[in-house]
Amino acid sequence: MNQILEKSIFEYSRAGRSAHAQQPPGADVASAAQKIPAALRRRTAPMLPEVSELDAVRHFTRLSQLNFSIDTNFYPLGSCTMKYNPKACNQYAMLPEFLARHPLAPDTQGQGFLSCMFELQEMLKEVTGMKAVSLNPMAGAHGEFAGVAMIRAYHRARGDLARNEIIVPEAAHGTNPATATMCGCIVKEIPVDAQGDVDLDALAKAVGPNTAGIMLTNPSTLGVFERKIEQVAKLVHGAGGLLYYDGANLNAILGKVRPGDMGFDVIHMNLHKTFSTPHGGGGPGAGAVGVSARLEPFLPVPIVGREGDHYRWLSEADRPQSIGRLSAFMGNAGVLLRAYIYMRMLGREGMSRVGEYATLNANYVMARLRQAGFDLAYPERRASHEFIVTMKRQAKELNVTAMDIAKRLLDYGFHAPTTYFPLLVPECLLIEPTETESRETLDGFVAAMASIMAEAQADASTLKTAPHTMPVRRLDDVRAAKQLDLTWKPVNSAA
Amino acid sequence: MPFIPHTEQDVREMLVTIGAPSIDALFDEIPASLRISGLDGIPEGLSEMEIGRLMGERARLDGRPLSFLGAGAYEHHIPSAVWTITTRGEFYSAYTPYQAEASQGTLQLIYEYQTMISSLTGMEVSNASLYDGGSAVAEAALMAVRAHRKSKSLRVLVPQTVNPNYRRVAISTAGNQGLRFETVAYRREDGCIDREALAAYAGEDIAALVIQQPNFFGQLEDVDALTDWAHEQGMLVIAVVNPTSLALLKPPGEWGKTGADICVGEGQPLGVPLSSGGPYFGFMTTRMEYVRSMPGRIVGRTVDLDGKQGYTLTLQAREQHIRRGKATSNICTNQGLLMTAATIYMTLIGPQGLSKVAAASMQRSDELVEALTQVKGVRAAFKGPRFHEAVLLLDRPASAVLRELEAQGILGGLDLSGDYPELGSALLVCATETKTAGDLARYAAALGAAVQKVRAA
Repeated sequence: MNQILEKSIFEYSRAGRSAHAQQPPGADVASAAQKIPAALRRRTAPMLPEVSELDAVRHFTRLSQLNFSIDTNFYPLGSCTMKYNPKACNQYAMLPEFLARHPLAPDTQGQGFLSCMFELQEMLKEVTGMKAVSLNPMAGAHGEFAGVAMIRAYHRARGDLARNEIIVPEAAHGTNPATATMCGCIVKEIPVDAQGDVDLDALAKAVGPNTAGIMLTNPSTLGVFERKIEQVAKLVHGAGGLLYYDGANLNAILGKVRPGDMGFDVIHMNLHKTFSTPHGGGGPGAGAVGVSARLEPFLPVPIVGREGDHYRWLSEADRPQSIGRLSAFMGNAGVLLRAYIYMRMLGREGMSRVGEYATLNANYVMARLRQAGFDLAYPERRASHEFIVTMKRQAKELNVTAMDIAKRLLDYGFHAPTTYFPLLVPECLLIEPTETESRETLDGFVAAMASIMAEAQADASTLKTAPHTMPVRRLDDVRAAKQLDLTWKPVNSAA
Repeated sequence: MPFIPHTEQDVREMLVTIGAPSIDALFDEIPASLRISGLDGIPEGLSEMEIGRLMGERARLDGRPLSFLGAGAYEHHIPSAVWTITTRGEFYSAYTPYQAEASQGTLQLIYEYQTMISSLTGMEVSNASLYDGGSAVAEAALMAVRAHRKSKSLRVLVPQTVNPNYRRVAISTAGNQGLRFETVAYRREDGCIDREALAAYAGEDIAALVIQQPNFFGQLEDVDALTDWAHEQGMLVIAVVNPTSLALLKPPGEWGKTGADICVGEGQPLGVPLSSGGPYFGFMTTRMEYVRSMPGRIVGRTVDLDGKQGYTLTLQAREQHIRRGKATSNICTNQGLLMTAATIYMTLIGPQGLSKVAAASMQRSDELVEALTQVKGVRAAFKGPRFHEAVLLLDRPASAVLRELEAQGILGGLDLSGDYPELGSALLVCATETKTAGDLARYAAALGAAVQKVRAA
């Protein structure tokens, strides 16, 4: 990896230099400014770089080279489903007509795009077993928000106003309790048992007349399938609550079992995980939501409807009970197109193979790491599409932590698994290989893990001071938070 | 098998290692009653060649009309380098930079973005992006309520001159936490916030006033007076701005005596294609004193073990993966790749280029209004300075005129009769630097014919 850091784009800047070909011809800045009342005019130019096109291209290309990515490295980041993003999905979502279409263009000028969206809704219904789908939410957490807001709206519409508690297992993603709070609900956390299943006794005590619903990920964030899901559904429904399915781990069961059949009333799907749209260094995602029949009236708008051969957006007028609009326009439309292309390329059989091979790869890596002497958090259980290794023993015996392993893996060219999540397993590594990785890559990862373990036994300092080959070594996070430096400033500036 | 590399031999040997008889056996913990046998409702898979043909056909159905629509999403030239670099796998297929040492590219880029957008808006700090302009207004309202040191009020004033969809998103998003959004009327003569209507709120306990500049009609508000008035009333000021316009317009950090408190907006004009409404990104900047109340990712510059400069996510104690139910927001994955495109756009276009884009857009829009108001029965709705949009009043129903124009391959603007019925038949039109004199002439001629045809009908 390149050891030389790339300087700031502002350090390339020279007054008067520009990427001239990018500027509109014939623009008269002075006369435009004259039309703006003096008090409303900008007085000093913004600090944007003044560079040539080549300067910009070289700088950002170099920055890209400082990243690990799926295209360059195995990226077994648990709970994130970092599978290959097929190039066709990007190319055909970026056809000029799709890119140029204005969001407020009439439906008649968008039948191609809208037909893709309608078919995407239909396919998502099929793979999840839900009755209806809205594509509007723009990420997983946004979908969660829509889901919990629908649960609230449902209870309110029935005059069931006391139901404001959302039950969340302690292993849940942080977004679950944060979402419940954003929806004005109270969060009740419940424990899981030693085998990773929800503690039914605790659940039975937690449900009651105030229960709005429960948020569950299945397979759970512990990397195991929630075996008591039918009893959970019965308990929560029996108490008058609804079941929310966090689709973060849908990849594990695609084509094998459907949330709708498990008794869930509302789900969100992370299209950037299961349906392979890019993670983009932190988005854009897409968090489509699916619902059972009783929640359909509350789906966020817009939704694509079909009338004969014509597709159109359904809005507030069509869905008066809708929880409303969560984006200014139509959600992350271009991401949805990518998911559509991916699903059409996989088709019926390809979709069923996703869950199978994701599970095969995870169980294979789990078996091999166990052979190599690593401790599993749930050794009696099958892995779903991911599993947890705990470094609790090594932390005590060798003084190496999960973080040390994670950082050392970078030196071997592997992105680290998710560390310290879920919070209830000490010193954990959550490992998700995905179905798109070959056996050779998985074997290479296992070999790296075994080699790191041998290093830890020989001289732990190799791990404690890792990484050694990245553009930077471990960063001072405390300094970052205490001496906030959030924007670049010229060296001579007083600030 | 598409995107699955396993050979039959791989599968056999991997199952031996696992100690399972078949792949199916790996699902034996799932109750049999729940298992499905297949996905009959999904069509057969397509090869890349076949999907390419299908998508080409769908794209052709959408066509390429000549569009004068704006209303929150704007057509601008996007330099070729922006998406060539943005879609490089190292940006496109990476994730949130949790492992800082292996993500310095994304982290440094966010830091550069924070610098550019802070300077453009005249504020001190920025986050790394939000979902879009609408959700950014909702998050800003929640943040204002959280950050307000003297008031516990949940009331936020959203004048009618703010994009109506932003208000809808704010209600859907923040209404569940008890926030109340109250509207303020606009003046019919200049399409700006009615100061008399606003004065009715003097002395009341309200968390914030939202000011959009240029406003939804394209008109320029008297932001200095509005900001100072709100501050005198103890309200925070949330600025909603178009980033292109800030090349020429006073940045929110300089509004009034002390500047706006939170600035948000739709980042789409900065190098993001229209693409039927997304993915776009919302931006948010604020004063340093409110940084801990801000939602979303923030990148800071620090040093590594050797004292070498590096970048990392910081102030994570605000976020959901640490604070869970007490986080500033539930936001996690959002619009990183679009922020990447915007950073490259701002770099390529530069300060001069952005001024020229803004100026050319104002010129084209003025010329458009000039040409269209020559048509009998068409006049400008408002007096006063504008940016690159305008409201036109027609003496025939806008919906019928727009249908006639559409038949000529022209999207003539947004019919305002749904959100602003009091205006009568009104169109919101926009022209930017992408429009030529020929485009404007074509629209003017088609509008003349369309109005005449509707009148005759």
